[in-house]
Amino acid sequence: MMEVTLLEDQYAIEMLGITKIFPGIIANDDITLQLKKGEIHALLGENGAGKSTLMSVLFGLYQPEKGVIRKDGKEVKIQNPNDANDLGIGMVHQHFKLVECFSVLDNIILGVEPTKNGFLQKKEAREKIMELSEKYGLKVNPDALIEDITVGMQQRTEILKMLYRDNEILIFDEPTAVLTPQEIDELMQIMRNLSKEGKSILFISHKLNEIMAVADRCSVLRKGKYIGTVDVANTTKEELSRMMVGRNVEFAVHKEDKTPGDVILHVENLSVASKIHKNDAVKNVSFEVRSGEIVCIAGIDGNGQTELVYGLTGIEPLKAGTILYKGKDITHASIRERSIDGISHIPEDRHKHGLVLDYSLEDNMILQRYFEPEFTSKGGTLKRANIRSYANRLIEQYDVRSGQGAVTKARSMSGGNQQKAIIARELDKKPDLLIAVQPTRGLDVGAIEYIHKQLVAQRDAGHAVLLVSLELDEVMTVPDRILVMYEGEIVGELDPKTTTAEELGLYMSGAKNNMHAQAGKEETV
Amino acid sequence: MTLLLQYTLIYASVLILVALGGCFSEHSGVINLGLEGIMVMGAMGGALAMKYLTGAPSVVIILATIAASALVGLVYSLLLAVACINFKADQTIIGTALNMLGTAAATVIIKAINTSANPDDVSSVVQYIDAKKSFIVSFGRFDFNWFMLVTLLLLIAAYILLYKTRFGLRLMACGEHPQAADSVGINVYKMRYAGVMISGVLGGLGGIVYITAGVSEWKFENGVVGFGFLALAVMIFGQWKPTRIALAALLFGLFRALSNVYSGIGILSMLNIPSTVYNMLPYMISLLVLALTSKNSRAPKAEGIPYDKGAR
Repeated sequence: MMEVTLLEDQYAIEMLGITKIFPGIIANDDITLQLKKGEIHALLGENGAGKSTLMSVLFGLYQPEKGVIRKDGKEVKIQNPNDANDLGIGMVHQHFKLVECFSVLDNIILGVEPTKNGFLQKKEAREKIMELSEKYGLKVNPDALIEDITVGMQQRTEILKMLYRDNEILIFDEPTAVLTPQEIDELMQIMRNLSKEGKSILFISHKLNEIMAVADRCSVLRKGKYIGTVDVANTTKEELSRMMVGRNVEFAVHKEDKTPGDVILHVENLSVASKIHKNDAVKNVSFEVRSGEIVCIAGIDGNGQTELVYGLTGIEPLKAGTILYKGKDITHASIRERSIDGISHIPEDRHKHGLVLDYSLEDNMILQRYFEPEFTSKGGTLKRANIRSYANRLIEQYDVRSGQGAVTKARSMSGGNQQKAIIARELDKKPDLLIAVQPTRGLDVGAIEYIHKQLVAQRDAGHAVLLVSLELDEVMTVPDRILVMYEGEIVGELDPKTTTAEELGLYMSGAKNNMHAQAGKEETV
Repeated sequence: MTLLLQYTLIYASVLILVALGGCFSEHSGVINLGLEGIMVMGAMGGALAMKYLTGAPSVVIILATIAASALVGLVYSLLLAVACINFKADQTIIGTALNMLGTAAATVIIKAINTSANPDDVSSVVQYIDAKKSFIVSFGRFDFNWFMLVTLLLLIAAYILLYKTRFGLRLMACGEHPQAADSVGINVYKMRYAGVMISGVLGGLGGIVYITAGVSEWKFENGVVGFGFLALAVMIFGQWKPTRIALAALLFGLFRALSNVYSGIGILSMLNIPSTVYNMLPYMISLLVLALTSKNSRAPKAEGIPYDKGAR
């Protein structure tokens, strides 16, 4: 008996046998999660594994059908986020909950403002914030507006929000998705400091490297079920990924060395105006993509990658510059002309630019080709039978899974299969140039593996691939060449074989630039 | 010239009150296009108080008129709150409906009152010539109106409330990022109710100040001839900030005042421009100013979007 109580006392929070059922799906099936005091505990799982649901239960957003939550060994009822806050549970959300036009200080005190006779006492708050900031090494400028500071500082503001409320249990929901490698290192250090000071940390992630680097223990969920909890020191990446996916996963992308061929895409001095700023989103960018190579545009989100792709695919007009595709000037060509010429585009936002969500799968498959004689008769009516058989062929070839096959509404399909449908449509055109923008965003490990194989297959078949990615792992493994974009300019060209994540991070954050030097060289030649 | 100053100040008072009303509502996240209708209803409440209290001591008339117009405005604004906050209706449509309903309802009510007093009287006019004198203190040729002081006090109060208190911080958080406010335990629905109700009070007050500004009787069929929309323009030009709203209101008030006093200003009366041109001035100026400046305006981010706790 003694031993049992002692053990239980170690846990800051316990979620025992949690079951949460939504209509038609069991999101959490008898899940147990035990967070020890002062530890960093990772919660690992693919998209849709039930991590968010479990956290929503912990925050009182959902009431579980079964199971209990214990804090320090005592059973507690959490009905809403305020209850969670009262129990000392705080969370840094994946999408920050910060008011952009407020100062850092105002955001931190919002909801727990110190007042005297109804007036805000910001001086008091400032002292406490500075104290916390010093103690945990969280550098912030309390008077800066959120909209003016870096993502890293926004995240530190979110952490200070929890500390200001004296939260003991800190939850980080996919905190590294928006950070540069340097900022990730800094965050890891902050998390270690916090746990040293006795805070208990729950770290939600699907990035194995980070879990290996910082976590003490790791609990794994798969398809709503609890798979197990392991000590990180006694496990390997491969072991964790097997627990997460249920089978062995290839991390390495296999590709043979290949000498690139002819220039397929030649971009010169391209500029694209920005919709938000007065400055151009893309400034005077020049580069080439050759056949048989994968070129990756790397960079932190919002540095002009989106606009660059809009310019290349014709979604947005160019402000200046020329685009040559297989030697032909397509600067002013329409989107359809580019598509017919053999440029395929896997768009960043598959709901906005990839699919018509309320169309059937088969109609989505012929969006760019419906006017071809194969699909439209001379009288202008659609040849439904041909469309159906074409769609069925793609569905089979690319293993697109859906409820009712070709007539399934795109909206009802899972994200991974929506992406597969787009890939099927775009690759079946046999494009000479494939522009793939964050093709693996939001997908699970299995689907990512599949998509990477398809990209390499394109390259090996002698086509050109332009990949835009925010994922560091992808940038380091898939391409043959890396171009780094920072504030609308290409600031570096790197070889993924020789570069390191740290070096890449320096370019991504604008600290390094090797292009000016090169430009100078070219001039002297 | 004193006359110009006097009319500028009183019309600016109207615009300040109503624009501040809009400012509170929008900072909470609810677009209040119904200010025009709220003004009419508030004006009706105040005008009736003045009509029935004629002969009472000045203090009573002043306080009762302010209370009546504010209360009617408040109650009327609850329609907007219920529809937009509880039922998540489209705020633009509800605001427009409030505007149409406001003038129509006031006309019907006043006509009913007039006809029941005198079966031959089918007008929608309320007279308050005597009661109006209670608000005026004359300093030589300058008629000081107690409403000017009330407006100044409310302006200062609004500034303090928005920027120096817990309430203001929370209100603005709800208009900018309601999910963030919710996540730190702020009840977004309650804050939005508060914002809309404050706009009802200030809009209603603005209504009575407007109809008593230049004339001694008001025909409610006319509504408030677009002054609520002018106040919205002032609010946007004032960037949703009380101090800038006050400056913008003075500018627009000046142009509105010109139409009352231009005949007394030598140069202007000699130009022989029709009075309708002066009447149009504030509206034309607002069109021009907004066309040129609204590109840089920064409205509360979440305004116009019904808040739904469930959606994340």
